[in-house]
Amino acid sequence: MIMDFVKFTINGKEVEVQAGISIIDAAEQAGIDIPRLCYDKDLSPVGACRLCVVEVKGARSLVPSCVSPVTPGMVVETHSPAVIKARRKVLDLLISNHPLDCLTCEKAGDCKLADYCYEYGVKESSFEGERHNYAIEESNPFIVRDLNKCIQCGQCIRACDEWTGIHNLNFAYRGFDNKPSTFDDLPYVESECVFCGNCVSVCPTGALTERQMKHKGRRWEMKKVKTTCPFCGTGCNFDLNVKDGKVVGVTANRASAVNGRSLCVKGHFGWDFVHDERRLTTPLIKKDGEFLPASWDEALDLIATRFKGIKDQYGADAFAALSSARCTNEENYLVQKFTRAVMGTNSVDHCART
Amino acid sequence: MAGLATTFGSGAMTNSINEIPDAEMLFLIGTNTTEAHPVIGYKMRRAKRKGAKLVVVDPRRTELAEIADYWLRLKPGTDIPLLNGIMHVIIREGLHDQDFIKERTENFEALEETVKNYTPESVSVLTGVPVNDIYAVARLYATTDKAMLFYTLGITEHVCGTDNVMSVANLAMLTGHLGRPGTGVNPIRGQNNVQGACDMGALPNVFSGYQKVIDPAAREKFEKAWRVSLPESPGLMIADMIEKAHAGELKAMYILGENPVLTDPNSNHVRLGLENLEFLVVQELFLTETAEYADVILPAASFAETDGTFTSTERRVQRVRKAIEPLPGMANWQVIIELSKRMGYPMDYTSPEEVWTEMASLTPSLAGVSYHRLEAKGVQWPCPNSEHPGTPVLHTGSFTRGKGYFQGIDHIPPGELPDQEYPLLLSTGRILYHYNVTTPYSAGIQSMWPEEASELNPDDAARLGVETGDKVKVASRRGECVTNILVTDRVPPGMLWMSFHYKNSPANALTSAALDPVTKTGEYKVCAVKVEKIQEVGTCGGYM
Ligand code: SF4
Ligand code: SF4
Ligand code: SF4
Ligand code: FES
Repeated sequence: MIMDFVKFTINGKEVEVQAGISIIDAAEQAGIDIPRLCYDKDLSPVGACRLCVVEVKGARSLVPSCVSPVTPGMVVETHSPAVIKARRKVLDLLISNHPLDCLTCEKAGDCKLADYCYEYGVKESSFEGERHNYAIEESNPFIVRDLNKCIQCGQCIRACDEWTGIHNLNFAYRGFDNKPSTFDDLPYVESECVFCGNCVSVCPTGALTERQMKHKGRRWEMKKVKTTCPFCGTGCNFDLNVKDGKVVGVTANRASAVNGRSLCVKGHFGWDFVHDERRLTTPLIKKDGEFLPASWDEALDLIATRFKGIKDQYGADAFAALSSARCTNEENYLVQKFTRAVMGTNSVDHCART
Repeated sequence: MAGLATTFGSGAMTNSINEIPDAEMLFLIGTNTTEAHPVIGYKMRRAKRKGAKLVVVDPRRTELAEIADYWLRLKPGTDIPLLNGIMHVIIREGLHDQDFIKERTENFEALEETVKNYTPESVSVLTGVPVNDIYAVARLYATTDKAMLFYTLGITEHVCGTDNVMSVANLAMLTGHLGRPGTGVNPIRGQNNVQGACDMGALPNVFSGYQKVIDPAAREKFEKAWRVSLPESPGLMIADMIEKAHAGELKAMYILGENPVLTDPNSNHVRLGLENLEFLVVQELFLTETAEYADVILPAASFAETDGTFTSTERRVQRVRKAIEPLPGMANWQVIIELSKRMGYPMDYTSPEEVWTEMASLTPSLAGVSYHRLEAKGVQWPCPNSEHPGTPVLHTGSFTRGKGYFQGIDHIPPGELPDQEYPLLLSTGRILYHYNVTTPYSAGIQSMWPEEASELNPDDAARLGVETGDKVKVASRRGECVTNILVTDRVPPGMLWMSFHYKNSPANALTSAALDPVTKTGEYKVCAVKVEKIQEVGTCGGYM
């Protein structure tokens, strides 16, 4: 592939980037982070929030860097006083209508709005304004929707449309009442929603959160362990969020080879079987038709004795093993090795051949 | 996957998931991708939006069928005549890729000979698909450069599943849609690690990497590595295991993480077989229907409690990472080691990584894969050495077996068709919200979608006097169960559609005992049933 390159100057440094890319992406390549609330590399750019504005020499006003391509010879300042002032104003306006209840917000520590307010020193709003008073939607088991915290970035709308391909959301109402909404403004449960939670994964604020993670701890206390989904053959990756030795949630991980941050309802919200109280935790031995708890030693000794006895009495082919298309490769390898090398038969199979 | 192995010498998805958004045509046969493999389904929707043509072959009006350019609503079990009809048109109109056929394949004459008889007109009668659609889809597929074929359960879970798969492969070879990005024959595999379970040799005829147990050289290699002598003859497939258990020849079984009573067709037969064993060990997360038959139940550790790897449907080996301590105190790999030790065969692994390393050293197609290399994005096999980048597209230069092998395949009607006594055709499949054994234990998922709703066409519903929400008794020649009804024209008249996820409506108590003679896959898709409205809410059971 032949690529065209252009040269431009950013914060006094000349750099060369691929032609046609946006200033925000070019800056990133040059190691400069421009703040953003409505832009995400994996979604189409809309230029709505104006937090990403930069100064371009010769332009009459500040330009939103997420929707402006780099042109040859362009001279850009990403953190000039004018730019900083403009960004402060954007943030100031956003929080004028934002419940500043960060003390109890589930997203605290993982909120872009708070991060940027911190970075730009915006503590409280200088605007006196009307406030929203939307009811918090908790009528489904997966997603909590608190649109009082919504900053109308529209990322949820685009993730639903462009990743999931459902188009369950769109902006509704005008002006102050503008918000992302399902068709007819119905709660998610009554809408076309498939509960993939992709809207949650992109939401920069506490407007959309995982219900299973509610009151389970602060985001910074959670250890993230990247793993592979156990629910279908697609091979999506995600992060298990762990606190105090328990899984408390699943969050998307951008560095996933197959799925990026897209997930489905099973991968995103089906993990809670792990801590279901019906999990078996101790070996059980059947005595007179009843299962009685036993120690690992008791159970394994009994199995070894019986397997050995049956092999001695009837031969190796009186034994067979079923391995599992849900278990790991290593477990499967060991089951077939055990069957072949220890029991002496090739009778090992698994249930699903599909 | 025996079908693909015969044709190409390898039974896995030939291409990769992330080629989908850039494909120009997606040809889906019997796969309800948006529900069974949702994130692959997302990518298909994206391709369609970008202008790809979409062809869906399915008796049921699935979500993708609704947005398809061509939805071929064939009669269940008639995939082969449909595919033969499409190939008939392609050959007759000279749209086949003659260079590809000459250079890369053999036995083309056999295919030509067979499909000659399948005129679009006669195929239309057999399948119910309009003649014009057969022509249109044949031309579209043959003339589109980047066209990907997909199939799943719908096509492999038939008596003639193996033949169906070979027919799909025939079609791709005929038009040269192989060995390039955006093409290929792509079986999307159901369970998360069914590919890996096969790759690891959890099959009665092969060691890891499909090295045959009857091959003396392979056996010798494993004998040396494992320091034992190994059995020469292939073992039993699951269906044969159940048979031998019935016959009293199989005495003991160890079942790890499977629930054949719920997931196998004809579950009553399975119950009886398990009951007949002298000693059954089941290792599971939950007290499943199968575990009830055990003499000893061992608690299993979940995916969150162990290190390891899964291999996805696109042959991508990826890491599973331990997030929490195993709830039962031991991970499954440790349990097998402990058991082995007690039986006088110590296995001295201290981690799953060591198990992997041993396996890779004995398995040419995975020899280049180490945990270290899997860290970022995983690796797609074959990957024969540590410098090899992995293989996103199979069969680029030649097929695994050398030349692709065409086979003429004739129509085999389903093993059991509706008749006067059992007038409806039962078909089963997967729905979005559930996944075999684990999701019913997810509180959220269970609370949203707690019960089976079986789909029935409005015509049949009117005749039987049932409405959405009614409970009905469904009976086949093998068993019966109770289910809720959803009246919808998603299903054609004459069909009842159920999923196999709910234990209160065990659809597999009903399904057919007919098996594909090669893979012994149960015929989940087609069986005859009758439906009766009931007033009382009852529980389910099979005829014992
Ligand atoms: S959960 Fe998924 S389908 Fe539902 S609104 Fe969010 S993105 Fe759309
Ligand atoms: S809900 Fe979140 S993602 Fe959606 S518009 Fe509001 S802030 Fe943005
Ligand atoms: S997240 Fe959904 S699509 Fe992805 S692997 Fe898991 S079950 Fe499959
Ligand atoms: S990030 Fe550029 S306008 Fe919002």
